[in-house]
Amino acid sequence: MKKLGALLLAGTLMMSFVLGGCGSSSAPASSDSGAKESKATEAPASGAIKVGVVNNPPSESGYREANVKDMESVFSADNGYELKTFYSLKNDEQLQAAQGFITEGVDYLLISAAETTGWDDVLKSAEEAGVKVYLFDRMIDVDESLYEAAVVSDMSAEGKLAVDWLLAQNLPEYNVIHIQGAMGSDAQIGRTGALDEQFASGKMTKVVQQTATWDEAEAKKIVESVINSGEKFNVIYAENDGMAKGAVAALDEAGITHGVDGDVVVMGFDCNKWALRELLAGKWNYDGQCSPFQAQVISDLIKGNKTASEKKIINEEKGFDAKTITQEDIDTYGLGE
Amino acid sequence: MKKKSKSIFQGGLGQLTIPVIAIALLVLFNLIRDPSFFSIGITHNNDGNAVLAGNLISIVNSASELAVLAMGMTLVTAACGGQDISVGAAAAIAGSTFVKVLKSGGSISGLTVLAAFLMACVVAMLFGTFNGTLVAVFKIQPMIATLILYTCGRSIAYWINGGATPTVSSPILTGIGSFIPGIPIPTPVIIVVVVAVIFRLVFHFTSLELFTQSVGINGSAARLNGINVTGIKLLSFIILGLCVAVAGCIGVCRLGLINHETLLLDVEMDTILAVAIGGNSLGGGKFRISGSIIGAYVIQMLTITLYAMKVSSTDVKAYKAIVIIILVVIGSPVVKSRFEKMMRQRQERKVPVTAKGAK
Amino acid sequence: MAMQESNLLEMRHINKFFPGVKALSNVDFTLRKGEIHALMGENGAGKSTLIKVLTGVYQSDGGEITVDGKNVAIRSPQDAQNNGISTVYQEITLCPNLTVAENMFIGRERGPFVRQKDYKKRAAELLGELGIPARGTQQLGDCSLAVQQMVAIARAVDMKCRVLVLDEPTSSLDDKEVNVLFNLMRDLKSRGVGIIFVTHFLEQVYAVCDRITVLRNGELVGEYLTEELPQVKLVAKMIGKDLEELKSLGEVEEKKSDIKEIFYEAKDLSSSEARPFDFNIHKGEVNGFTGLLGSGRSESVRAVFGADKVTGGQVQVNGKNVRITKPIDAMKNGIGYLAEDRKRDGIIADLSVRENIILAAQVMKGFFRPISRSEAEAFADEYIKVLNIKTASRETPVGSLSGGNQQKVILARWLLTHPNYLILDEPTRGIDVGTKLEIQKLVLKLAEDGVAVTFISSEIEEMLRTCSRLIVMRDRNIVGELTGADLNEAQIMKTIAGGEAANEKEV
Repeated sequence: MKKLGALLLAGTLMMSFVLGGCGSSSAPASSDSGAKESKATEAPASGAIKVGVVNNPPSESGYREANVKDMESVFSADNGYELKTFYSLKNDEQLQAAQGFITEGVDYLLISAAETTGWDDVLKSAEEAGVKVYLFDRMIDVDESLYEAAVVSDMSAEGKLAVDWLLAQNLPEYNVIHIQGAMGSDAQIGRTGALDEQFASGKMTKVVQQTATWDEAEAKKIVESVINSGEKFNVIYAENDGMAKGAVAALDEAGITHGVDGDVVVMGFDCNKWALRELLAGKWNYDGQCSPFQAQVISDLIKGNKTASEKKIINEEKGFDAKTITQEDIDTYGLGE
Repeated sequence: MKKKSKSIFQGGLGQLTIPVIAIALLVLFNLIRDPSFFSIGITHNNDGNAVLAGNLISIVNSASELAVLAMGMTLVTAACGGQDISVGAAAAIAGSTFVKVLKSGGSISGLTVLAAFLMACVVAMLFGTFNGTLVAVFKIQPMIATLILYTCGRSIAYWINGGATPTVSSPILTGIGSFIPGIPIPTPVIIVVVVAVIFRLVFHFTSLELFTQSVGINGSAARLNGINVTGIKLLSFIILGLCVAVAGCIGVCRLGLINHETLLLDVEMDTILAVAIGGNSLGGGKFRISGSIIGAYVIQMLTITLYAMKVSSTDVKAYKAIVIIILVVIGSPVVKSRFEKMMRQRQERKVPVTAKGAK
Repeated sequence: MAMQESNLLEMRHINKFFPGVKALSNVDFTLRKGEIHALMGENGAGKSTLIKVLTGVYQSDGGEITVDGKNVAIRSPQDAQNNGISTVYQEITLCPNLTVAENMFIGRERGPFVRQKDYKKRAAELLGELGIPARGTQQLGDCSLAVQQMVAIARAVDMKCRVLVLDEPTSSLDDKEVNVLFNLMRDLKSRGVGIIFVTHFLEQVYAVCDRITVLRNGELVGEYLTEELPQVKLVAKMIGKDLEELKSLGEVEEKKSDIKEIFYEAKDLSSSEARPFDFNIHKGEVNGFTGLLGSGRSESVRAVFGADKVTGGQVQVNGKNVRITKPIDAMKNGIGYLAEDRKRDGIIADLSVRENIILAAQVMKGFFRPISRSEAEAFADEYIKVLNIKTASRETPVGSLSGGNQQKVILARWLLTHPNYLILDEPTRGIDVGTKLEIQKLVLKLAEDGVAVTFISSEIEEMLRTCSRLIVMRDRNIVGELTGADLNEAQIMKTIAGGEAANEKEV
């Protein structure tokens, strides 16, 4: 219900964005439209590479915000790009915008789709118009030939990276409190999978596995209830930073030490700057990230600095250890402020 | 004999019968399930303070925001015969405002926290006024009127801090959200008590209770008795706004961060439930704030009990629903009147002499 | 007992308890075929309870009911209907936004398919048969109240009812409409239907009823043939007192109309509901507004109190110009208003007697200066005693009191504000004879103490007894003002009828 409301609102907001965007870009569009066929295939006369980005709105999440910022900074005028952007959570609006970009005569179309289906026609018309398509962040159900490359995250790799790190700590025993994100989300499935394998194999013991649906306060309650029951645990594996913070608040109130020299290992995800600072302070142990930074990879491909060996390029995932993290890491990879 | 039972079922607990029975049942259930459930111990937290710990403390502590909201919601329900479903979103706005002010200054002092809280109050009251105006002046159904803020509130909260999950940290905030050094009781619990006392005082020193009930039961008659019906309805929303600000700020202080998407997520439904479990009619009219507070604790005790039983939190909602259905059915007029009749018949069988003697 | 064979309905030894109250105690009631039987009693005597037991709304706590000599158990309104017992209540319980035909058949469809055509035909037949001036295709809401009432009766009749309960069917009807209704009742009677008629209007009882059963305090007083029980005796039986008290009121009747100073004066006062009118009242004067229902008498006094949106006029209170645009303005100027519709505009049903009594006084005292609990209790106790309000305690919800006692609570509410001018709009409607007399006495007593009172009642004789000046209204205009020797029924009728209308120009 709430989501629906948010969608509706975001939708209307984005509509107004689109209208505003159209207003500003209509002049070049009309002059381009006549000559678009010849122009699009040749190198642009002005020298600037025209890139159209269709993405989800930055308000969706901290991840998306970083993703949008990354796109905007890499495809800047300084780097020789002319960037047009469109943000919406609605697939049909994204489709329209993509078609609009093609008509306007962009050279490259970058898409992170709201839904995986419905994109065939648009991508075909891009092909006809000679617009090259890159997918980022999310895959689309279309024939591989319709896009140049897809730079995506592998959520399960991210989870595996974290669990491998945990195994490498060589703890005498692993009693894990596992706080999950909203059930069914990509991030939750990816981050849960690797840990479930360990539970199944018996290497780690599941003290409790509960979803807090990304809610910090709920995570605190879950940990509190374990503490109150008197059960032993020495690892908290929270599927995002906020929930890890909630869990730590419960530990603090109960006088349980945590972090590098503490009794409990604290693991989070997303790599918010504030979370990485907790790592640097030694209060948490590990923070994993599903990298939102795909722009540089795509830019390298466009400019020919790199060639794609495969259509699907898995973005490198990051994981930070409290013992090795530096301030530079925080500045480079941290999300938010 | 007759008098005694009357006082229990009508005078004594009256409206509070259901929530009190609910609490009693939950306590009994937990005692049978695990007698140590209610054990309270003293531990030293990571700041080195001796603090109370245990499930009971967790329940009372974590129900704080809900209890504060339920108090305000009771008033709105009573006056307007409808509910504000935007409290969660409004709390996100208030919490975001709180964080925004805290981050705008340099270091966080007691004064900046106070300023931030007051700012949050002002903002929340403004949104309360907005809701209240739609309801009281434009006579829109409360649920419909507040649907607007419910829908866009969290986006507004997002704009305030420009996204992400900004964090603030200061011993003062920890003191508010967790424990004040030297006091073993969680601060949010103390805040609930303070808010409840303030409500009590307001009811004592003003005619708010009488006027609100009059407006809720019979607005037309209230108007003809000189009561400013619009004003009372508006006031109820503004007071709820204050409660929202308090709840939002507690939520922020607990963790030192504001996540506009998850702060007090879905709290509106729990709030309305707390009011209903408290024996208050959702159609407005007579109310008891104490009922709603107990209602809030019932809901939280239920949640914590289920967590303690390791019920998957995805299933918690379903179990909650079952328990709530039972409570609401028990509290329904049909069951109540049956029960009362049963009690009466039992008495009459016991003391037939008195009945005849009375004649 | 000799007429056993023709007894349609017998209720024997009916008991009914409510928490703390014995509402019916060992009550018998007998209804014969083809008879109209009045059920009389003061408010709270147990009439409604008995009816509700009969119609399955309440279940009795003892006693038996037989229909046609057969024992029946009535546990729900459905049971009652199956036994041929139908009820038409005071408030119309039909749907105004459906047609007359739909209203007559709604909820009685057999199977999921509504046979519109059949219904229309059947409705037309029935309406014609009973002589009801309505068409089946008409929206019920467009019909007059009387016709709506009759449609409800037609609906009951078509359900093959043998016992028809009419609970205060005439309280919102005018004389002509009442007559039409009576004809319908007589018609049903000739078909062998037994009718139980509950009403407050004594004349109506004598106009149409064969027998009268009187209840008092939940107990049976007796069953009488109408012709054997004169009106005064009936009243005496209902209130359980001798006629002394009735007479004593007659003696107070000599009203002194020695003119004192003007308390309230309005010029060209108008509201969203009332046309501009001039009006004044003196201290210690009792005046009345009279006219048919809808003549604008209520609307006028509402304008005085600021109950509707005031649109114009100058108002002086005690010789000073004041602005009264909303109730609180009027209250601050010492004006109180007991509204016409007690349920909608008067009582706060779920609140206690105490809270209801102090409400207006509290509003006047101010939001930030609440009346303390002990003070409130003292006030409540005082007025419960002074006005003889029958209530289990001062904490009893006012909604559970009988109509007359509710009215007294509202009177207490206004008396507590110590008004200089009290407007009473239909204070005696739907309440029992005893309370009516008490209220009339109270009005006269207030006037003696210097309070100006405006008294409105549908019963002209009641107004004649209390008012020293009558303002007559017709079609939302004041058409005359009667004082002194002109204060008689004939003169009022003449004025209403417009024989010598003063300002006819606007009509």
